Amino acid sequence: MSEIKSLRDLGIWIISKPGKAASGITGTWRTFRPVINRGKCNKCMVCWLYCPEGVISRDVNGYPRIDYEFCKGCGICAYECRVKAIDMVEEVR
Amino acid sequence: MDRFTYVGGFMPILGLPEEEYMLPGYGSCPGCGLFLTTRHVLKALGRRTLMVIPAGCISAAPGLFPKIGFGVPTLNIAFEATASAASGIAAALKVKGIKDITVLGVAGDGGTADIGIQALSAAAERNDNFIYVCIDNEAYMNTGIQRSGTTPFRARTTTTPVIGKLQHKKDMPLIMAAHEIPYVATACVSYPHDLHRKIRKALEIGFGTRYIHILSPCPPGWGFDAERTIEMGRLAVETGLFALFEIENFKLKFTGPSINLIDPSKRRDVKEYLRLQRRFAHLTDGDIEEIRKWINNKWRQYIKLSMD
Amino acid sequence: MLKMKGEVLLLTGNYSAAYAAKCSRVQVVAAYPITPQTPCVEKISEFVEKGELKAEFICVESEHSAMSACIGASTCGARTFTATSSQGLALMHEMLHWASGARLPIVLYLANRAFAPPWNIWCDHQDSISQRDTGWMQFYAEDNQELFDSIIMAYRIAEDREVMLPAMVCADGVTLSHTVMPVEIPDQKDIDDFLPPYDPPYKFYDVDNPIILSHLPMPNVPFSDWYTEFRYLMQEAMEKARGKIRSVCREFKERFGRFHGDLIEEYRCSDADVVVVSMGSIASQMKYVVDLMRDEGYNVGAVKLRVLRPFPLEEIRSLASRVKGIAVVDRDISFGYAGAVFTEIKAALYEQVRKPLIKGFIMGLGGRDVQISYQKEVVRNMYEILEKGLDKEYEWIGLRM
Repeated sequence: MSEIKSLRDLGIWIISKPGKAASGITGTWRTFRPVINRGKCNKCMVCWLYCPEGVISRDVNGYPRIDYEFCKGCGICAYECRVKAIDMVEEVR
Repeated sequence: MDRFTYVGGFMPILGLPEEEYMLPGYGSCPGCGLFLTTRHVLKALGRRTLMVIPAGCISAAPGLFPKIGFGVPTLNIAFEATASAASGIAAALKVKGIKDITVLGVAGDGGTADIGIQALSAAAERNDNFIYVCIDNEAYMNTGIQRSGTTPFRARTTTTPVIGKLQHKKDMPLIMAAHEIPYVATACVSYPHDLHRKIRKALEIGFGTRYIHILSPCPPGWGFDAERTIEMGRLAVETGLFALFEIENFKLKFTGPSINLIDPSKRRDVKEYLRLQRRFAHLTDGDIEEIRKWINNKWRQYIKLSMD
Repeated sequence: MLKMKGEVLLLTGNYSAAYAAKCSRVQVVAAYPITPQTPCVEKISEFVEKGELKAEFICVESEHSAMSACIGASTCGARTFTATSSQGLALMHEMLHWASGARLPIVLYLANRAFAPPWNIWCDHQDSISQRDTGWMQFYAEDNQELFDSIIMAYRIAEDREVMLPAMVCADGVTLSHTVMPVEIPDQKDIDDFLPPYDPPYKFYDVDNPIILSHLPMPNVPFSDWYTEFRYLMQEAMEKARGKIRSVCREFKERFGRFHGDLIEEYRCSDADVVVVSMGSIASQMKYVVDLMRDEGYNVGAVKLRVLRPFPLEEIRSLASRVKGIAVVDRDISFGYAGAVFTEIKAALYEQVRKPLIKGFIMGLGGRDVQISYQKEVVRNMYEILEKGLDKEYEWIGLRM
């Protein structure tokens, strides 16, 4: 997406385009990160269902994959997981 | 285009469409019920959707000009004008002969039940062609948790900070049903399959004003930890505080877990819901009894509407 | 019903606006009735229901919703029209800002009416001058023919890619809106040649290339801080509009043989000592008064201010360099200061080397008849002060002391 450098780059209307990281790299907001334990995971995808950020996707093997660039660490996935396969681990920086 | 699609088609176990219309990295609070609701509403409606949003969390949080986390064409409009702008868009599409595009208005409880009710009532009376979704987080959350018409009894908000709201929750679904529009439904973000089914039904009906009122728990506004968002919605439904139903042709039909709750003994005690939220921490036993009575009366009203 | 074939119809101002909307092939009309504009809206709904105008008429429940619906429709690329008066215009004020900020070429027919309280359904200009800052272009018509022509020209000017600003075409409530005058309706084909269909700069309904409109820019955050620049572009568009108005009026004259002036119209000003500037129907009457006063020996001219926004800086400055005195008649007052048009004209001339004497006159508020004697008094007063010097900054004429 082209950057706006001067007012001549602005269109007639106030146009914004869809894009990731619209409010920044929201992964930096986390204090805890969800970690999926594949041994326990039954691939039900309830975590995907309830993720408010939409950062959980399915990998080629059918396991949920979390995009840590944008995961805010809210913990809903871990709380809702039926088989307790997700642990909230403290972020170390 | 920067869309976020998944590998493989449907997710068979869950049976919901995989394609996402929200792009991660938007600025909602962690655990936000409103953005999860929007994610599911857009997922259910699909690509051919034009969205109208008023002022509120839905317009303040998804990003900053010139990059936004929505993947469908969206028009920002003034706070009270969601329904009238949606009417205008629907009229323009009709006169230009553009078919098979759904006009979607997504507003909060303020923009629906308070400042936006005039425009919505008129659009419903005219039966203009759009789907209107009210995402009810039970206060004016974006401006800092002020009381709205749909704030429940005795909930503490910044404009009802000590005693809590003196009045009960405004029943928007019944108000909309009185307009005799083709479809009125309530849903909760904790029951996404029920929500998807209702949105798809509204889509299939295809004409007229279709109104869906979705309860959306708000961690900072209601006072609970972000991870319990889904649990809050579940408890609201299971205690009978929020009923899941749809109204078509003057007939009310309970859906999902609410079907079983016609029998009051099956409803969980509302105290289990209230004690988990800081906005209700100050409630006395008298207040809770009042709320129990209200639940019973509301259900009596709904049950009467559900009978032949 | 007479067929539209370049014929002369006897129409009230309201009906002229309705016919103009029909001839402009508007596609969406969202309007709320308000005296004295109601018959315009009724006529348009008649056109729509009879199938003579292929448009969607949205019977909205308030003027605020009327403008919001117009914004929604115009965003989707439909040519939109609405109509209102005083209280209604005030109610839609928030959305007037939205329409201009969103750069949507909506045209609004304003039947100028006084503000309440106390209730008043008759004419003055307080309603439109209260909206000068909204970013809408403002045209004032002196008679029904000009009203009809101005609406068609307004679409042409507003939809120009370099302008893309909404326009309100104002006509005096009751005086013009309810008075029957002959109006020549040109052949529809000629109008279609002059006014092509509206082609929006972006296709909002193109779901394969989604755009999000009017989203929040954050000040002081470099990649997002563009609010000021959007406002600058609006101002730039207004300034470009001056040239567009001139060229469109000229083209209209060539095609249809009628010219009402572009930003202003001068009547017998070439050798005048004193000119009287007015807007609306009293400008028409002023021309008649000029003829009468000329017979009495006064070298007076009349200026009809046709466009208030964008302000006709060049024309006013050129006029000022040629005359000795300017009387500005306001059918409004900006409380706490003076008549709105008067203060603007005065401010425009501050830097002039040769400054004429300028005085403001307030008359005709709330539909009080602007009598010929008032306008004659204005001219006589101007000649007096040219001799004796300015007595006061502005004066109320017709006040019942």
